[in-house]
Amino acid sequence: MDTKIDENEIKNAVTKAIKQHGKSREALIPILSDVNQVYGYIPSAAFKEIRRQINNPPEDGYPQTPVFVSESQLFGLATFYQMLSTKPVGKHVVRFCESAPCHVMGGRQLFQALMEQLQLQPGETTPDGQWTLITTSCLGTCGVGPVVLIDEDIYGNVTPEQLPEMLARYH
Amino acid sequence: MKTVRSMVLISHDPDSLLHGATEILERMQSEVESFGLADEVTVTTVTDIGRHDAIPMVIVYPEAVIYGPVKPEQVHRIVEEHLYKGRVVEELLAPIRELSGQIAWLRTRKGSLPAEKRIVLERAGLIDPENIDDYIIHDGYQALAKVITELTPKQVISIIEASGLQGRGGAGFSVGRKWTFVATAPGEPKYVICNADESEPGTFKDRVVLEGDPHSIIEAMTIAGYAVGANEGYIYIRGEYKLAYQRLEIAIKQARQYGLLGQNLLEKGFNFDIHIHAGAGAYICGEETALIESIEGKRGEPRARPPYPPTNGLWGKPTLVNNVETLANIPPIIRNGAEWYRHFGTPKSTGTKVYTILGNVNQTGVIEVPMGITLREVITIYGKGMKTTGQNQTATFKLAQTGGSSGSIIPASLQDTPMDFESFRKAGVSLGSGALLVCDENTCVVDLAIVLMEFFRFESCGKCTPCRVGTQRIYDILTRISQGEGKLSDLDEMIYLGENMEMLSNCGLGQTASGPVRDILRHFRAEVEAHIRLGLCPVGVCSMTPVMSEKQMAPESLAVTA
Repeated sequence: MDTKIDENEIKNAVTKAIKQHGKSREALIPILSDVNQVYGYIPSAAFKEIRRQINNPPEDGYPQTPVFVSESQLFGLATFYQMLSTKPVGKHVVRFCESAPCHVMGGRQLFQALMEQLQLQPGETTPDGQWTLITTSCLGTCGVGPVVLIDEDIYGNVTPEQLPEMLARYH
Repeated sequence: MKTVRSMVLISHDPDSLLHGATEILERMQSEVESFGLADEVTVTTVTDIGRHDAIPMVIVYPEAVIYGPVKPEQVHRIVEEHLYKGRVVEELLAPIRELSGQIAWLRTRKGSLPAEKRIVLERAGLIDPENIDDYIIHDGYQALAKVITELTPKQVISIIEASGLQGRGGAGFSVGRKWTFVATAPGEPKYVICNADESEPGTFKDRVVLEGDPHSIIEAMTIAGYAVGANEGYIYIRGEYKLAYQRLEIAIKQARQYGLLGQNLLEKGFNFDIHIHAGAGAYICGEETALIESIEGKRGEPRARPPYPPTNGLWGKPTLVNNVETLANIPPIIRNGAEWYRHFGTPKSTGTKVYTILGNVNQTGVIEVPMGITLREVITIYGKGMKTTGQNQTATFKLAQTGGSSGSIIPASLQDTPMDFESFRKAGVSLGSGALLVCDENTCVVDLAIVLMEFFRFESCGKCTPCRVGTQRIYDILTRISQGEGKLSDLDEMIYLGENMEMLSNCGLGQTASGPVRDILRHFRAEVEAHIRLGLCPVGVCSMTPVMSEKQMAPESLAVTA
């Protein structure tokens, strides 16, 4: 979890994101999303790098005008949006929908079972860095509630009995 | 699904059973049989009519008339007059109550139960969403061709206006009027934004359209751009909808290849192109000005309004923001005409609405029905009744929440209200986005209120004090109540906070967040008070402090106050 992050890697990730989305204000959130996708969160070095690269004067291939944006503004974006994280996460992230529809369809009991199974409270990561448990708001799959999202896999109609097998699929 | 003409519901709550409801049921079944109506009329029982003054009661749909108290010898008359001949038996009606005025509209809906009419969902699930040819074969892009080659922008707007289409994102604002505002606003360039942020809990209707029929949105946005004078469109889609994002990307690429997006569409000199912008997880970004802020690379904090997006939107320019479902109605209306659209729904709420049915019913999912259907019809016909909970015990309906987490809480007594913008407004109930969360008697209202308030507390953007602090305060109070440490004055406090939030919050989130709590106190106050006065949770859900404290056990605290 506390692995040293390579500065060059960050530079490449940011360059790639900027190439994909450009340097306009519109591109800020997509760039942050891309970096978040690579590391599971946005390392503080990334904020610095984004600020550095985005505020450069225009070069060939970057048609948009440069925009002044500070690190604190970028940090403000990262802390506002749920899908972006400023803290490292475990190898696998379990997201549990805690909104009303899933709750009413058996979510309350399932959540108890999930916390017991992982031995985690929401927001925590296991000591071995394997699992992080997070609660989210409605994911838009309410017809099959209660819903659990593990990494990019979404599971519906989940019962407490299914949990051990579901979690065992991830190493 | 077998299509039946009429639905007869017989009250089977414990009181009704004591008053001979079983015999009514038997008589009804045999009479329906003897009149040869068994294929056209279904007879079922319900335990939640919502009133007990004239039991046993018999409700007949589609007219939603309530007969009661019904005696066994009257059953023959009801079947003969009403079901066979189609005439309501006025003398046998239960005393008219509450929203019977609204139900008067239903009485004209003779002869058939509302069947699904798929306009928005016409192609979803039936075509290959990644193949533009499939879309074109199924009347795709015909509306766009008609618009660009035969109609002026003004004509397009007047068709939409005549159709009576209202926004389907939850606000229900007249679409024709909004388009007019943007078309006549000074300034350029203008923008068209499709609000595909769909984060209202319980709502996934837009996802079905985006994943199953993405071209319909592209076509609709292009038509909108033509009508209001915009050449650029944005689809703001929530970050979690990854599949829908991919499908839209493919669809846009294909549309460009076919010359249906980009420069000089259909050789008529009109340019229009679309960008997709993914969100990053924020419910508040479904609010149109917060959405615009988010595209502009800022925290999604709603702006002070006025000015509104039609005059001052994206980058300060006139911007049209419409929901996915709203847009999906545009091509069919252009193709078939405004009069055709008016045939569906009620006079004041035309067209169809997509509902998502969830909760403790047997069948959850998405349906599209004409506006004006009642909740009871949705639960009985499409939800296939309340879910059986072990040992074949059908659960009893307790409450439903319409329109997402800020929607109104509907008790059993309001199940026969037509669900359209008009009736609901009169009943003091909001229709919202179309999510129908149905809860059975195992739901504790305090527990539900906590879950709802936690959602708003978490999703509040924090910009304005009434919402930021109000949601937190109400959440804290509810939590204390659920732990057995509430006071009666807490209820007044929550109402007061709710009123302040409603009056003073900057945007719809703060304004509507306290609605469910207010509804719960209006319809289920006794249950909440039981948590406070008696320190127990009637449903057995809330983890109350196990032992009543000495203070709670003191006689004074249990006394009934004047």
